[in-house]
Amino acid sequence: MVKDQANIIEVEGLSKAFGKLTAVNHVSFAVRRGELFGFLGPNGAGKTTTVRMLTGVLEPSGGTATIQGHDIRSESLLSRAHLAVVPEEANVYLDLSPWQNIMLMAELHSMPRKQRIHNALELLDSLGLADRKHQKARTLSKGFRQRLMLCAALVTEPEILFLDEPTSGLDVQSARLIRRIVQEMNLKGLTVFLTTHNMEEAEKMCSRLAIINNGQISAIDTPRRLHSAMRSQQFVEVRFLGEPLPTLELQSLPGVSSLDSTGSTIRLYTETPGRTAAEIACLAKSKTLEIEHLCTRKPSLEAVFLYFTDQNKKEPAQ
Amino acid sequence: MTAYMENAQSWRYQAHSAFVILKKNILLYYLKPPVLIFGVLFPVFFFLAFKMGRPIAPEDIVPGMVAMAVWFTASAVGPLVTPWERRAKTYERLIAAPVSLQAILAGDVLSGLLFGACLSVIPVILGLILTDASIHNVLFLIMGIALGAVSFSSLGVLLAAPPASSPSNIMLLSNLVRLPLLFVSGIFLPIAEMPFWARWIAPVSPLSYAQDMIRISFGQEGYFPVWLSPLMLIGFTAVLMWGAHKFHRQWRAKGL
Repeated sequence: MVKDQANIIEVEGLSKAFGKLTAVNHVSFAVRRGELFGFLGPNGAGKTTTVRMLTGVLEPSGGTATIQGHDIRSESLLSRAHLAVVPEEANVYLDLSPWQNIMLMAELHSMPRKQRIHNALELLDSLGLADRKHQKARTLSKGFRQRLMLCAALVTEPEILFLDEPTSGLDVQSARLIRRIVQEMNLKGLTVFLTTHNMEEAEKMCSRLAIINNGQISAIDTPRRLHSAMRSQQFVEVRFLGEPLPTLELQSLPGVSSLDSTGSTIRLYTETPGRTAAEIACLAKSKTLEIEHLCTRKPSLEAVFLYFTDQNKKEPAQ
Repeated sequence: MTAYMENAQSWRYQAHSAFVILKKNILLYYLKPPVLIFGVLFPVFFFLAFKMGRPIAPEDIVPGMVAMAVWFTASAVGPLVTPWERRAKTYERLIAAPVSLQAILAGDVLSGLLFGACLSVIPVILGLILTDASIHNVLFLIMGIALGAVSFSSLGVLLAAPPASSPSNIMLLSNLVRLPLLFVSGIFLPIAEMPFWARWIAPVSPLSYAQDMIRISFGQEGYFPVWLSPLMLIGFTAVLMWGAHKFHRQWRAKGL
């Protein structure tokens, strides 16, 4: 395995089997320093198992991985010293206050007293927990508990932050605040490994995405390139004022592979949507038809996700 | 890169982590009902059940009561902490932190040791005030309580290793081990006066050696040679800690 200084996480052939079930099967990928890396997959695909192996909670059955150059098996303590985790379920100590929870994590990372107090006060303030820092965590709502988890993770000044479905089931305010803080920290250089089901969240936040399915990586690239991997799923949407162009004429336009319509809106599937849109405009002009609506569309990330996680997909990946 | 991150493998870093875990356990578990019931109420009720209506000089049973208090209190913390944290999923936070399994277990053992050692002071003081019992060898009393507490606490941590959906299952398992040993370790009767079969079993219980040291410290006659009990308690601690590490690691590798 070639060690690349630009990569903060390097995973090579990582596997995990529980008895006869292989949850993660020879997974390989790398996460670049300072990247916001998304890890997508359906339930049971192996996302959380991968994260649990990388964070030292589970021992891999095979393969290797390094965190900041430290092997997760032979230098497990050193690899864990550089990371922090926010799991899907906020597993705070319910009988401790937010302040005690945060201090506990900072002390477990042997963080100097002055530094941990400074960081904690700053984080509690920015995550809206300053007023609640001395009440029992048991009394906090789910959203506030998840904010507390993020505080406890960030107080240690990690270089890599693992977020496992961090906004799942949260109120809008908490979800937006968590996303904003994570993005701000990422801009300051924090590498983020985000596991999510939320396609909008993944598309907006992540610079690269990996899609895992049945324990194997199906695709890994930037969101834009993943979209273009489904070129035939791109389309042009058109609606005419008054009488539309005959379907047959639209179908015969160069590059149009198929066509469907919903009400007066016609959708033309093509690998070259820009060119097809221009052809439609020319055709409409020649026939003195007025266009009410014309736009090119790419498939949503949800469609990309379904495409890559559908075992019966017809189109080869780019 | 922050310098302290690269020190995670040092013993000092891990020793500090063990003390942080001790602090967390004190804050979270010392006042939990199962610890108070099995650690504090149990020995009191056993004492009353044994004493009431029997013609025994109160000072004669003080060493046994002290040993029993250490036994129950020191071994009560371990079986609660790990199962409780596994259920609350807070255990994963400890594992994902740069803390070795040895440091986690050491923190748990220290929690039991401190709990047992502190609470054993109560029967000692009550015995000295309310009965004619007197301490003849303070050092041996301190050693008996400390070495006993550390080995009983290690036993508690070992018993916490199996994965269980509820902490009460582990408490049940721990009582299945603790209660029978109580009756063959010379608590209620000196080992020399116990039946033949019980005298054969007594040497495999760490409680036998701790109660023997405490008995000697109160000026009563011991059953084992004076030098043997401390060595056996150290040996028990080493074996129980080794077993605890092995089984905790085994279950952890399976993700349980």
